[in-house]
Amino acid sequence: MAISTSTPPDGAPGIGAERQRRRTLLHRLDVRGAPYAFVAPFFVVFAAFSFYPLIYTSWISLHRVELSTLNLMEWVGFDNYTALWDDERFWNALLNTFTIGVLSTVPQLLMALGLAHLLNYRLRGSTFFRVAALTPYATSVGAAALVFTMLFERDFGMINWMLSLVGVDNIDWENNKWAAQTAISSIVIWRWTGYNALLYLAAMQAIPRDRYEAAAIDGASRWQQFLKVTVPGIRSTIVFTIVLSTIGATQLFGEPLIFGQGPNGITGGADNQYQTLGLLLYEEGWKNYQMGRAATVAWAMFLLLIVVFVVQQVVKRVMARKA
Amino acid sequence: MTTDSIPVQTADARPGVAKKARKDTPSGGRRRQLFRHPGAGRQHHAGPVAYILLGIAALFSLFPLYWTMVAASTDNTRVTQTPPPFLPGPNLLENLGKAWQDAALGKAMLNSLIVAGVIALSTVLFATLAGFAFAKLRFKGRNILLMLVIGTMMVPPQLGVVPLFMMMTELGWGQKLPAVIFPTLVSAVGVFFMRQYLSEALPDELVEAGRVDGAHSLRIFWSIVLPIARPPMAVLFMITFVHAWNDFFWPFIVLDMTNPTVPVALTQLSAGYVRDQSLIMAGALLGTLPLLALFIVFGRQIVGGIMQGAVKG
Repeated sequence: MAISTSTPPDGAPGIGAERQRRRTLLHRLDVRGAPYAFVAPFFVVFAAFSFYPLIYTSWISLHRVELSTLNLMEWVGFDNYTALWDDERFWNALLNTFTIGVLSTVPQLLMALGLAHLLNYRLRGSTFFRVAALTPYATSVGAAALVFTMLFERDFGMINWMLSLVGVDNIDWENNKWAAQTAISSIVIWRWTGYNALLYLAAMQAIPRDRYEAAAIDGASRWQQFLKVTVPGIRSTIVFTIVLSTIGATQLFGEPLIFGQGPNGITGGADNQYQTLGLLLYEEGWKNYQMGRAATVAWAMFLLLIVVFVVQQVVKRVMARKA
Repeated sequence: MTTDSIPVQTADARPGVAKKARKDTPSGGRRRQLFRHPGAGRQHHAGPVAYILLGIAALFSLFPLYWTMVAASTDNTRVTQTPPPFLPGPNLLENLGKAWQDAALGKAMLNSLIVAGVIALSTVLFATLAGFAFAKLRFKGRNILLMLVIGTMMVPPQLGVVPLFMMMTELGWGQKLPAVIFPTLVSAVGVFFMRQYLSEALPDELVEAGRVDGAHSLRIFWSIVLPIARPPMAVLFMITFVHAWNDFFWPFIVLDMTNPTVPVALTQLSAGYVRDQSLIMAGALLGTLPLLALFIVFGRQIVGGIMQGAVKG
């Protein structure tokens, strides 16, 4: 600023230069600083409410913390982890999360692929079919699970009634382990198939038409075109939906909770036959009041996700190498 | 996008070249050509089979909702008979009224409206700001920060739920709406969605022209970016609203029945407080109605938005 104070003798031009300089300074500050200001809200909120809690979870998991006295943390080292490792319920919940995850994700994505393929035809009323496919996505877990719980009712449920028409005896959907897991998976499938189908449809429409022409010239049937052109063409979207569904599956909570109708909900059925890791986390923390244990379950879920993610990356690599 | 990973020589497959090549191929190719819509390589018309399959799919999608309405309009004895009812009964309004009272749905709806509204507004605002910066502004660390945003999409909120609960208790927000709102004020998916849109829809020249005219960044954002970004902002708003309205895990933990959101209030219906199945269905129907209305009015836009977000993601 020393320079600017020495110029005033020249009068007006000096003041102009001063203004100019301040302007360029402000401008430079704006160009440099504004981008950070624009992205800051996202990172601040994320750091405070997602990243920090995630890290802090591991610290809590090394303590004994009770729900009633949250500020009293007693250091217990890895006790929570060894207890979890020795806990049958953990392995049971892990296995259930896996089986329900497979039961819901695999049919869901296959059906979504087929549905997207159908929606990709030239259609009359295509908007109707698309909106109809997406409507289940608008229902909350709460509402969907309530309706399906009723449809799967043992004595008067519609599904058992329909099965009885083809000579199948009443299935006890709640108490039979595989039946219960199938029923819960069907809620997930119902809600998310249309959503995934739309993701696939969008990717399908981006595939250049030439490829189909080329395939047709080579004599590929429609089915072969689907396998050799469509599916490889949307591979990255397929991987994306697998990642999303897997994350969704590891977190599964509302569906089994509500399917259990009341006291059996949190434990995932009378024999934990459909208790997921999400339910176990809740049971440890908010039913048994052991927040440290709950944090351990959360950390185990995180590790599980990392393992799944690594496996997926490996599969992706192998697939890419083959193609 | 993976389009580069397909072993097709696109240069040889340009329409003109392809047409010439087709003439050379034996009958197989020519026969196929007869059935092809002129100029349409892949967009086959749907045959009856496709319509039947799509009809079945639509039935599967819509039937549970229709049946919710049927069950909600009968009484408990009718709904628990076999065969179950397929047509609506006379008690719809009565059941809706009862469910409204029993599950405290009035308060729950107001809460859900506030929560979903605030979250959707703030998500859209901050996503557009950050999306604009990532798409059009140059700054140090941009790529690393963008990778961070994408990385955070992989972190499920469930993993930090224990410390988050402790935080909220300490802040005195237990059972209060801010506890639900604050952790979800921003969304990585939203930031990425807006960035993808603005990278393509907003020409660099417009931003530069604004700069030349002496507009500061916020001014450019306000007068140039916002008008262009309005359509994706509307879509992001609706999608975020649906998600926030339906969010269950965290509200279920941090709120209680005295001050619930709709999905939390609905658990009360299943938890044995209400034994009447028709009432339970009436509650489920009520909790879904606002979103169904949103879908009936804006279904096409929501579908378009999800697809738009997908093809570029």
